Amino acid sequence: MGVGSFFTSKLDEAIGWARKYSIFQYPFVTACCGMEYMAAACSHYDVDRFGAGLPRFSPRQADVLFVVGTISHKMAPVLKRIYDQMTEPKWVVAFGVCTCTGGFYDNYATVQGIDTIIPVDVYIPGCPPRPESVLDGLMKLQDKIALQTQRF
Amino acid sequence: MSQPTTREFMLGEGSGTGSGQTLQVGVGPAHPAMHGIIRIVTELDGEFIRSADVEIGYLHRAFEKDCEVAGYNNAIPYTDRLNYVSPLINNFAYASAVEKLLGIDVTERCKFIRTAMAEISRICDHLTCVGASAMELGAFTVFLYMIKAREFLWELVEDVTGARLTISYGRVGGVKADLPEEFATKVGAAFKQTREVLDEVHRLLTGNRIFMDRMVGVGALSREETIAYAITGPLLRAVGVAYDVRRAHPHWAYDRVEFEIPTQSAGDNYARYLVRMAEMEQSMRIAEQALALMPGGPVNVDFEGRPIDPAAYVDQGKQGKTEGLLLLPIRLSPNLQGQNRAALERVNADDKRVVLPPKETAYGSIEGLMNHFMLIMEGYGIRPPRGEAYFASEGANGELGFYVISDGSERPYRVRCRPPCLPPVAALHRMIEGEQLADLIPTFGSVNMIGGELDR
Amino acid sequence: MTGEQILHRLRDRFGAAIVDTHEFRGDTTAVVERTALADALRFCRDEPALAFDMLTDLTAADYLKFPGREDGPRFEVVYQLTSLPHNHRLRVKVRVDEDDPVVPTAVPLWPIANWLEREVWDMFGVRFAGHPDPRRLLMYEQFVGHPLRKDYPINRRQPLIGPKT
Repeated sequence: MGVGSFFTSKLDEAIGWARKYSIFQYPFVTACCGMEYMAAACSHYDVDRFGAGLPRFSPRQADVLFVVGTISHKMAPVLKRIYDQMTEPKWVVAFGVCTCTGGFYDNYATVQGIDTIIPVDVYIPGCPPRPESVLDGLMKLQDKIALQTQRF
Repeated sequence: MSQPTTREFMLGEGSGTGSGQTLQVGVGPAHPAMHGIIRIVTELDGEFIRSADVEIGYLHRAFEKDCEVAGYNNAIPYTDRLNYVSPLINNFAYASAVEKLLGIDVTERCKFIRTAMAEISRICDHLTCVGASAMELGAFTVFLYMIKAREFLWELVEDVTGARLTISYGRVGGVKADLPEEFATKVGAAFKQTREVLDEVHRLLTGNRIFMDRMVGVGALSREETIAYAITGPLLRAVGVAYDVRRAHPHWAYDRVEFEIPTQSAGDNYARYLVRMAEMEQSMRIAEQALALMPGGPVNVDFEGRPIDPAAYVDQGKQGKTEGLLLLPIRLSPNLQGQNRAALERVNADDKRVVLPPKETAYGSIEGLMNHFMLIMEGYGIRPPRGEAYFASEGANGELGFYVISDGSERPYRVRCRPPCLPPVAALHRMIEGEQLADLIPTFGSVNMIGGELDR
Repeated sequence: MTGEQILHRLRDRFGAAIVDTHEFRGDTTAVVERTALADALRFCRDEPALAFDMLTDLTAADYLKFPGREDGPRFEVVYQLTSLPHNHRLRVKVRVDEDDPVVPTAVPLWPIANWLEREVWDMFGVRFAGHPDPRRLLMYEQFVGHPLRKDYPINRRQPLIGPKT
C-alpha cells in the first residue's frame, strides 16, 4: 500500500473510463440476430450514445468482437482466426442464444456455444434479443471493462 | 509483353499487369458488405474480375433435418429463421404447404390476415435490402431512414404477433391469434410515415449521379440467362418478365385485391432497385385493401378444415370457470415432453371434450379451449394422408416453395424449402464477370442474399 | 395445358419409360426411368406445348424409413419444373438404388442444376454423371457422410473445431 498504488489505481480507473466509452466493435454478423443488431445500432435504439457507434470492419482496428448469429462448424475456424487477429485488449460479446449455447439448433452443423472456441465476456441471450437487452449487455460490458485491471 | 500505356498504368484500364497474371482475392466470409456470410474467391486482372467462385454454406443450420424431428407445427419456428427479414411469408408458405397436403382450406378472414401480414413483411425485406446496399455505396443516411421505417413496421408486427423478428405466427390451419383492435388505423399511420421515408429516399437516390454511375449497367444479366438460372422475383421482373406467383398461382386473398407488377427491362442493379422501390408501394396498397376488405368470422380451422368458433378461444379454465368443462381422456407423458405424445389418441372432433385435471398435473398441458391449443391437441396428431405437396408463394426475393412429403404419421417425412435467393447467388459469378471489383458490392447488395434462406 | 394433357404427352412420347403418374392435390407428377431421364427432361424443356423453361427445384428424398417402401429404391430425385409461357407445373421423379445412386446431370439443360445437384450430392450422396464440378455445397469439405440421409443421426457431431458432443 502506499502512494504508488493509489496512482496506479487511479490510472486504471481513468484508462478504464476511456476504454469503456470508446468501444470499436467488430460486428461478426451471420444470421437473424444481425437484424436486431442493425436495429440496435440505428436511430431508434442508438448505440452511438454509449460511445460504441463506430463499427470497425477490420479485426486489427477493433476491440470488441460482437459475435452476432449462429456459428456453424464451417464458420468456426474463420471466427477463431478473426479473434486471433484482434489485438489486446479485446473483449467478446456473445449476441443471441445461438452464440451462447447453440440455441435450438442442436444438430450436426451448429457450434453449441462459441465459448467452446473463444473466451466470452458477456452473453446476451434472446432469439433475437430485443435491442433493450443488447443495450443492457453493452452496459454490463462497459462495467466489466471499467473495473478490470488495465494492462497497457 | 508490351509496356502498359500511362493511361493503363494509372487508371487500371486494359489488362492490368500486361503479363496475363491474375491475382486471387477472397471476399468474405466475414466481410461487412456480405449480408450474412458467403465467400467469393475472385480472380482479378488489375481491377477486373476474370472469374469468381462463390462458396456458400457458412450458415447451414440443418433446417430440413430439424423439421423431421417433431410435429408439423414444430417446424414453424425453424421457418421463421429462413428468410429472417420477412419471416411471416415463410410461416404462411409452410403452413399452406401442409394445408395443401391435408386438403383443407383456411377461413376467409385468415386469408386476408395472411395477405396483409405477408405484405408488411415484404416491405420490411425491401427496406432492409435497399437500405443495406445503399449503405455499402456510402449512402449511410438512407440506411438510417430505412431502418427507421422498418421500426414502424416492426411495431405493427409486434402488436399482432408479440415479437419483432422471429414471430412464429402462422399455424397449420390458420394463424396464432386474431388481429388486435384498431389495427387498420395503426397500419394507416405507419404506412403514412413509411411513404414519407420512401419519398425522401427517392429524392436522395433515384436521380443521384453517384448512385446511378455505380448502379446503371452494372451486374446485368440477360433475360434468357435469368430464366435459365430459375431466377424469380424482383430480379426476374427487372429483366421484363412480369411473372409473380401472386398472379400466376393466386393464393390467400391475392385474387381479390388489386395491384400492379412493376417491371423494368435493363436487368442491371438500377433496374432492380427501381423494381423494389415500386414493389414497396404496391405492397402497401395490397395491405390496405386487405385490411379494408377483411371479413369477420373465425380465424382458424381444425385439422379437418372445420372453422373453430372464436368464442371457443377463450380459455375458461384459466379464468377459473372450471365447472362445465367436460372431460377428455388424455394420457400424458410423465415427463411432459412434447415428443412422447405419440401415445396421444387421436381425438375425434365430434366428441370434443376437454379435461381440467388437478393443478398438479395440469401444468403446461391441458388448459382449455384455446384455439391454437386445440389445433395442437387434436392436430398434434396432425396426420396428413400419405403423399407430397409443393406450395409456392411469392417471397420477397422470388418464388418461395415448400415441398412436404408425409408418410401418414404426425411428423413430416421430408420438408424441402426452395430458397428464392439460391438461383441469383448461383448466377452471381455470371453477373460479376468482366466487372470491376468495386462493382461486386452493389451487385451483391441487389441480389439480396439472405443467409438463413440460402444455406437453410 | 392441364396436368392430364401433360402426362398424356409424356406417355405418348416415352411410353413405358414413364413408370408412374399421378395427380394429387392439383400437382402433376411423373416418375421416369433413369435411362430415359435426360431425354425426358430435354423433351419437357424443348417441346413447344410443354415449354418448361424453368427448373424451379431439384431435390431428393430418402425413402429408407417410409412405411411400405423400405425395400424399394432408396432415393428419389425430384425435379420441379415450371413453364413461364404456359403457366403450368410438372414434377418429374426418378428412383435410384442405394448401391448405384447415379443420375444423369441436368446441367446442360438448365445451368441452375449445377448448384442444386451439388446440394443433393452433399446432403444425400446421389451422384450426377457428367456434372462439371462435383463438390459439396453446404457442408465443409472434410465432412464425412451425407447428413439428410435417414440413417445419419441429427446430433452426430464431426467437429472441425470444437467439442465432441
